Amino acid sequence: MKLKKLLVRTLLYGFLITAFIVSVFPFYWMLTGMTNSAVDVIKGKMTFGDQLFNNFKVLFTNHNLGRILMNSFKVSILTVLGALLVSSMAAYGFEMYSSKARDRAYNILLLSMMIPFAALMIPLFRMIVKLKLLDKHAGLILTSIASVFLIFFFRQSFKSFPKEIIQAARVDGASEIRIFLSIVIPSMKATYAAAAIYSFMISWNAYLWPLIVLQSEKQKTITLLISSLSSAYFPEYGVIMAAIVVATLPIILVFFTLQNYFVQGMTGSVKQ
Amino acid sequence: MAGGTNKKSFINVQNRYGWFFVSIAIVLLGVFLLYPIFHSLYLSTTSSKGIVQKFVGITNYTRLFKDQMFLIALKNTFIFFIIQVPIMLLLGLVLASILNNKSVKFRGVFRTAIFLPAVTSLVAYTVLFKMMFGLDGFINTMLLNLHIIREPIPWLLDPFWAKVTVIIALTWRWTGYNMVFYLSGMQNIPDDLYEAAEIDGANKIQQFFYITIPMLKPIIVFTSIMSTIGTLQLFDEPMNLSQGGVTGSTTGPGNSLLTLSVYIYNLCFKFMPNFGYAATVSYVIVFIVAMLAIVQFKLAGDKK
Repeated sequence: MKLKKLLVRTLLYGFLITAFIVSVFPFYWMLTGMTNSAVDVIKGKMTFGDQLFNNFKVLFTNHNLGRILMNSFKVSILTVLGALLVSSMAAYGFEMYSSKARDRAYNILLLSMMIPFAALMIPLFRMIVKLKLLDKHAGLILTSIASVFLIFFFRQSFKSFPKEIIQAARVDGASEIRIFLSIVIPSMKATYAAAAIYSFMISWNAYLWPLIVLQSEKQKTITLLISSLSSAYFPEYGVIMAAIVVATLPIILVFFTLQNYFVQGMTGSVKQ
Repeated sequence: MAGGTNKKSFINVQNRYGWFFVSIAIVLLGVFLLYPIFHSLYLSTTSSKGIVQKFVGITNYTRLFKDQMFLIALKNTFIFFIIQVPIMLLLGLVLASILNNKSVKFRGVFRTAIFLPAVTSLVAYTVLFKMMFGLDGFINTMLLNLHIIREPIPWLLDPFWAKVTVIIALTWRWTGYNMVFYLSGMQNIPDDLYEAAEIDGANKIQQFFYITIPMLKPIIVFTSIMSTIGTLQLFDEPMNLSQGGVTGSTTGPGNSLLTLSVYIYNLCFKFMPNFGYAATVSYVIVFIVAMLAIVQFKLAGDKK
């Protein structure tokens, strides 16, 4: 009996440790990879090398990393700010001022979450061309500010917001907009943080839509850079590794500083 | 009487504020989400070569059955869906139920580590996997050194192995993500259920199948629908794992990684653009997602 228990424990921890190594190893490998030359990376060298400076020099001088990072941050930050304001406002409107017509509209929006992006991509692209937003960052930002998922996410949290506070503020003569801006928003910081992380990740990691909208080199974002570097005829593997680390680092930093909000933001408010 | 009108006007004002708060989102979603969804349905009944566009009825839909490329893309997408989604969800469930057990040490460390892949960008991790799974790449070098294989596996050069690579990559990226959903669901399963089962002599495996899985049903349905939508839209991974990426002549060896989304992209931006036919293919995805979602709800015997 004791032997069996020991065996089960060994298997269990063996399984967990394997899962741990498999999950974490690629991160370790990308860190060593960015310090190695192309030949060493492809040979699978697992220790740190001395090419770190060189790889970044190539990224900054030949591939314009500075500009590309600026583009990525600009698009993501503006999208996050817009998305938080617009989506939380909408969720507030849907939740706090209930009406049949708006509930119907909300249900239609929820249903549209099931529609894959591919199904709207083509008309969306033609619209962007007509609006002369092709190859402009505004074409990315404008189309992703309103997010059904974020509206749903905010509405779930507004459900538990005490309505008495709003009533009391009304009695005190505060206007509806003022109540939202200076009472509701400040007391929902955790929700906003989680939503911001979700929105930032979606925007920072986007690939298909930027690939279609952005066409010139100088407008590109970091995901487009990685993709084009890796499909080169002679890929510079060490340089690609450095670019991957640059693309991954901001999100990992946010993850480790705001872990609880992060998981909440990624998994939404799924309750049984 | 006066009180009545006051109340009425209060409700009116409230209603106006309601519309005010939702207005920006409604306008943006109407223009950039709802309109394109319906416009694409209309487009799917037209044919466009260059700038000329004409109504063709259901011709596009009948063309699908004769289109070899479409059939390949459909088959590939289904293979990924049928094999990868169950493996990933089961693995996520098993990991979650192990990590939910309070007697397991370092639970937090394991949970964080296994979730970590879910923070990577799809393009970044795919390119990383492309390098790891190269012919003389890290994986082959390691397997050769450990004497598990005698010859390098042509991971990305052979149609079969290319699919295996995508499945491994997807499982790496998404297992931890799904695990977190299950872990949060398990918080709501009362401990006494397990204690009672323990007294009745049920072992851990029986507890997993007879308590954990039935109790988590709503979340399992949710994750399987999300994974279905995700897999049917697969784009970043096949595009970036294949030789030449966007500009490559085929997607993966012998088009083994051609998915429906990649095919739609090719129809619009790589070949002579035919937006009408591309929209038809996109509605095939909508149709399949809807069907599968209904099936999954039915299978789960959903009561809500």
